[in-house]
Amino acid sequence: MIPWQVFAFVSAMWLLILLGGALIVTVLGPFSFGGFVGLDPILNSGIKVAIALSLVSVWILILSAIKNWIFKKQIKS
Amino acid sequence: MENQIIAAVLVSIVAFFTVFTITPYLIKFLEKRNLVVKDYNRKGGAMVARPGGISIIIGVIASELVLYAFFPSIHILAIVITSSLAFCVGIVDDRRVMGGWFKPIALAFCAIPILLLGAYDPELTFPIFGSVKIPVLYIGLVIFMIPITGNTINSIDVLNGIASGFTSIASFALSAALFVMQNYEIAIASLALGFVSLAFYKYHKFPSRIFPGDSGVLVFGATYGSIAIVGHVEVIAAVALIPAIMNSFLFLSSMKKIIEHRQIKNPTFLSDDYKLGATHDKDAPITIVRLIVAGKPLTEKEIGTVIFGLAAFSGVLAVITAFWMSV
Repeated sequence: MIPWQVFAFVSAMWLLILLGGALIVTVLGPFSFGGFVGLDPILNSGIKVAIALSLVSVWILILSAIKNWIFKKQIKS
Repeated sequence: MENQIIAAVLVSIVAFFTVFTITPYLIKFLEKRNLVVKDYNRKGGAMVARPGGISIIIGVIASELVLYAFFPSIHILAIVITSSLAFCVGIVDDRRVMGGWFKPIALAFCAIPILLLGAYDPELTFPIFGSVKIPVLYIGLVIFMIPITGNTINSIDVLNGIASGFTSIASFALSAALFVMQNYEIAIASLALGFVSLAFYKYHKFPSRIFPGDSGVLVFGATYGSIAIVGHVEVIAAVALIPAIMNSFLFLSSMKKIIEHRQIKNPTFLSDDYKLGATHDKDAPITIVRLIVAGKPLTEKEIGTVIFGLAAFSGVLAVITAFWMSV
């Protein structure tokens, strides 16, 4: 029998992938910092990359928190 | 369409029977030259032939070349070259113990043919919401993808049959997803990987007669990664690979660094009745196997069944994601 916690973690990872994709496509992709202060397009892309990488870090932190919550008992054993 | 069906059938036959036929000879060849390692989890500690990467790469090259004969595209060529380079990296690691950073860096170079051949589309497609064009960032993604998939498959090569069985399930799921997205050529390329790993599983499953070695698992991972890139299904490929990614994530978040697997403390222990249980050693990494056996010790075969169940679950999620991408 597969422990339900493992299924829950796999599902959480899947949902985070979908949510991350949605954020990148609908918010980060179309957004232009150049519109406010006339930024160079390369700098504009650089800022987006930095935000995307920050999002990855946030996702890793969220996953860590979910991991600790879901596997509380197993990790202690 | 008729051409594609013939190609799919022929490629699957070549992929499966090449590995199925060659591997017994390879086992004898390796045993004759004493290229064997101890299987510590088995009663009596049987000696098992290694590496099986040779039959795996022959199977991949033969089947992908048959596919190339039907559809001569740079995408198929890119898969063959990347897989062959990954095999070279793996065979070096099989023969000599290399540092923890050797494989990621060497595998990054294996991705270069994909870039040189231009066998990629610099767009990242997500389900429902569409895609983003990332011309410069995508080059970095290609370079990172092969080391990630290679090392991810490598990280689950811990018990008899897991790496080949898992790759087989993930490849068939990816193939189904590619068929849903009507990318037939690359779907057949993925089908070939599925049949290569399935044929190897026949000899790798518990009790193993051969281990894939680094050369085998890196071919599995690099072929899978290159299919994801040239097939433009990076996100779906990641979804099908979630249990293995989860294993790497749990490992890294508990160890906080990349180290060579030979230096790692064993996260499980073998009981007197040859069942694997979770260790109480605080310095040992948390892995998917350790979590599975945390409740109660299980046999190697039972753990394999659990991991394959998870792989199938992720495969279903990958196909659902593919349907959403077609929306």
